[in-house]
Amino acid sequence: MEDTLPSVLPLGDPAPVDGLLPPQVLDGVGSRKFGLYVHIPFCAVRCGYCDFNTYTATELGGGASQAAYASTAVSEVEFASRALNASGLPHRPLSTVFFGGGTPTLLPAEDLARILGAAVGQWGLEPGAEVTTEANPDSVTRESLQLLADAGFTRVSFGMQSAVPHVLKVLDRTHTPSRVPLVVQWARDAGLAVSLDLIYGTPGESMADWRTSLETALSYEPDHISAYALIVEDGTKLAAQIRRGEVPQIDDDDHAAKYELADQLISEAGLDWYEVSNWSRSPEQACRHNLAYWRGDDWWGIGPGAHSHVGGVRWWNVKHPAAYANRLGEGVSPAAGRETLDAGTREVERIMLEARLGSGLEVDALDKVGRHAVAGLIADALVEPAAAFQGRLVLTLKGRLLADAVVRRILPD
Amino acid sequence: MSPMARTAPVPAATDPAIIRNFCIIAHIDHGKSTLADRMLQFTGVVKPRDMKAQYLDRMDIERERGITIKSQAVRMPWELDGTSYALNMIDTPGHVDFTYEVSRSLAACEGAILLVDAAQGIEAQTLANLYLAMENNLTIIPVLNKIDLPAAQPEKYAAELANLIGGDPEDVLRVSGKTGVGVEELLDKIVRDLPAPVGDANAPARAMIFDSVYDTYRGVVTYVRVVDGMLHPRERIQMMSTKATHELLEIGVSSPEPTPSKGLGVGEVGYLITGVKDVRQSKVGDTVTNQAKPAAKSLSGYADAKPMVFSGLYPLDGTDYPVLRDALEKLMLNDAALIYEPETSAALGFGFRVGFLGLLHLEITRERLEREYNLDLISTAPNVEYEVTLEDKKVVHVTNPSEYPVGKVAEVREPMVSATILAPNEFVGAIMELCQSRRGVMGGMDYLSEDRVEIRYRLPLAEIVFDFFDILKSKTRGYGSLDWKADGEQVADLVKVDIMLQGEQVDAFSAITHREKAYAYGVMMTTKLRELIPRQQFEVPIQAAIGSRIIARESIRAIRKDVLAKCYGGDITRKRKLLEKQKEGKKRMKMVGRVEVPQEAFIAALTTDESKDKAKK
Repeated sequence: MEDTLPSVLPLGDPAPVDGLLPPQVLDGVGSRKFGLYVHIPFCAVRCGYCDFNTYTATELGGGASQAAYASTAVSEVEFASRALNASGLPHRPLSTVFFGGGTPTLLPAEDLARILGAAVGQWGLEPGAEVTTEANPDSVTRESLQLLADAGFTRVSFGMQSAVPHVLKVLDRTHTPSRVPLVVQWARDAGLAVSLDLIYGTPGESMADWRTSLETALSYEPDHISAYALIVEDGTKLAAQIRRGEVPQIDDDDHAAKYELADQLISEAGLDWYEVSNWSRSPEQACRHNLAYWRGDDWWGIGPGAHSHVGGVRWWNVKHPAAYANRLGEGVSPAAGRETLDAGTREVERIMLEARLGSGLEVDALDKVGRHAVAGLIADALVEPAAAFQGRLVLTLKGRLLADAVVRRILPD
Repeated sequence: MSPMARTAPVPAATDPAIIRNFCIIAHIDHGKSTLADRMLQFTGVVKPRDMKAQYLDRMDIERERGITIKSQAVRMPWELDGTSYALNMIDTPGHVDFTYEVSRSLAACEGAILLVDAAQGIEAQTLANLYLAMENNLTIIPVLNKIDLPAAQPEKYAAELANLIGGDPEDVLRVSGKTGVGVEELLDKIVRDLPAPVGDANAPARAMIFDSVYDTYRGVVTYVRVVDGMLHPRERIQMMSTKATHELLEIGVSSPEPTPSKGLGVGEVGYLITGVKDVRQSKVGDTVTNQAKPAAKSLSGYADAKPMVFSGLYPLDGTDYPVLRDALEKLMLNDAALIYEPETSAALGFGFRVGFLGLLHLEITRERLEREYNLDLISTAPNVEYEVTLEDKKVVHVTNPSEYPVGKVAEVREPMVSATILAPNEFVGAIMELCQSRRGVMGGMDYLSEDRVEIRYRLPLAEIVFDFFDILKSKTRGYGSLDWKADGEQVADLVKVDIMLQGEQVDAFSAITHREKAYAYGVMMTTKLRELIPRQQFEVPIQAAIGSRIIARESIRAIRKDVLAKCYGGDITRKRKLLEKQKEGKKRMKMVGRVEVPQEAFIAALTTDESKDKAKK
């Protein structure tokens, strides 16, 4: 959930078939980390709220099947390595690797290990690199977690979502809540850091339900928690159910109250926020892969629908696993489109992304409009005054809930 | 039954004795245009294959709404008992907003067909126009139309008409414009019953302008009725009110396409083209004479058009202001009643305060601006003109509430109207209740027939310009009809209600109301705005105030959440595009102090629920 893909791709420019990048990506490459995202587009069932690019086993066949997927992904790893080299980028070991989905652990652990092995073979790992996989509590065993740890994974992020059965039911989640402490313990035993993903604001979820989920999650003493508000995406089963009045509407005020409760309970348990929706027990336990997105580092996204970013060039792969497999089979880039950001757009993105971080945004790096807005943001209690006096914009609790509004106020006109 | 005329009388050489000038007085949708079409067809001036439904209504909007705005005159030949006659049918506007134009059209005729829907009976506006016709000593031919309808009650309404104008119900003709039944008899009756025009052929020329229309290719086309003397092509003519002179480039008759002639003589009706570009140079009611041999005295009845209702028109997109200015300039060429001046609103930006004859005139003008000039407009709530006397005796005329003087007001006078409402008698109570609630004073009530009444009220114009007619219609299940005319003014206890967002006054929402209604307006507007304005990052109080006294308040709770919880799988592009869209949206917001108000909120707040319903249909 920290890292999943929407089913709708942006509109962009055509991407070249050889995957070559323009020379501008070389500027400042030395100061950017390099990461890898691996998208696993499979789920056992499709959840009612999910609009991610994912498919159940029965929806796919042939070269796009689960059995063949690891080989296809490995072929993109090789393609990526060639394209980066040919574009003149220096060799950089991987700083972070993240397997997201779908449900990565729906593939045999051996397959995940094989893809990771191919990537490490191409680029190597930085010392202390972070290697995460998302996992459904239902789709791991003590053995599979140990196998992942042995293959080099350092971290697992469990999609717990809620501890309350009727909430899980609305979300179509199949796991039984009692399984979570078990898999957390297995992961620990294997030496993996543990993150728990929670969703709040599910229709029918009471404030007491949410408190139960938070307290339950915290009782497992995770190293990291992500808490995301449920977003009802067009075209999902949940959206249809709400439209038909079968489940209640989403309420932003309810979301706000639940976020406040989450921040309170998670902080009291000793974790600090480092991004609007993420808390970690220590700065070192923050998800570095996630931070790389917010900080504008480079990463290559492997898999159908995966997004990549290298030095101001963003691209995204074709969505369907079959089309994706075909492209790679023909030896051409699986990219569906890309965009090359100009300086102004990069600046907008930087502000938009860094504003969400606990480390905040440097005031001096804003333009005149942005700097003029700061006093108003302090007056409206949206940013921490003390940090602002030190030259950094750091969102208050209220500011985090209104982060997009804050960004609109500090963006260049 | 008469045949189509074998030979048509020639313009400029037609004996007044064989001329018949008439108009049709009818309510909207009682079938005037259809009947006129049928006459064009039966007299042979329009061939069946050229027949376009409602030939005489030129503008699309008119055709859509079934309303004739601009009149036109058509010359038709008709033969009776071996003599060919020239019939001039002068089409008149049917709506109360255009009473003055109606009166000039009537003055060009000797007779009028009183056309009434046999299923609905006479309506208030028709009655009003009938009075005007009788004041002009016109001979009236009562006709019931739509007798083909199953719901027609010709006996009942024939009795009603006979009762109104005197005479025998048997004399009321029964026709169907749709099927053509009775139309030939009607044409015969026009020849037999209507008097021929009378005038002095040897006197200096005098012709009355009853309409003038701007044509993109030809400039202003002026429609006249010659009373005395004769007008010829190429001679210089003079407008008697302004003394302006023009060369007569072309003169002719419509049959129904313009056909140049060698002139127009006594009793004839036709058009003039002088090359002028602005209808203000050819004013309805003015007298045209010959410059070389001018008449000593102009024809009576001329009056300047007087706007009664004012509204601010603003382009939704501020950059469209020059387009709106040009569009108003062009519309003015064809609409002598339209006046406007630039105006600035803190909330709405640059626009114009525009004066109209009435609400329909406003709606039609706005619709034309939007349709023909591709503009999106906001119009402020319609206003009347108040005369405010200050304690220092200074007098201010206020057509925009935001101009209401802040100083000590000694007296406020508001324009009054006398209104006539016709409806089935079962609705009398509801109508009286409505008029009473609008500060009306009853003038009287008469039974037109067993079950239909005419109710007369004197009302402040301000009380009927907004939603009165819509409410009247709904309270009388569509049967009620209204006519009004200006009727002086009265001193009234009026106050200005201001609306404030976070303490900032929003000029576009200020209103001048009777003191007793100020509270209702305040509550209505604050409630509406609370629903329309999106939540902001802070609480927004909405207040209604008279001066410094708050009379109603609401508040918009602060928004608590405005953040996307996550950024999907590194799809920064999607998030950035969303942000850019939001930022664009912010640009389209109007700032009232610190409060962002979407354009849509202004439009919705200034729209009545009734007109919103109309838009939906």
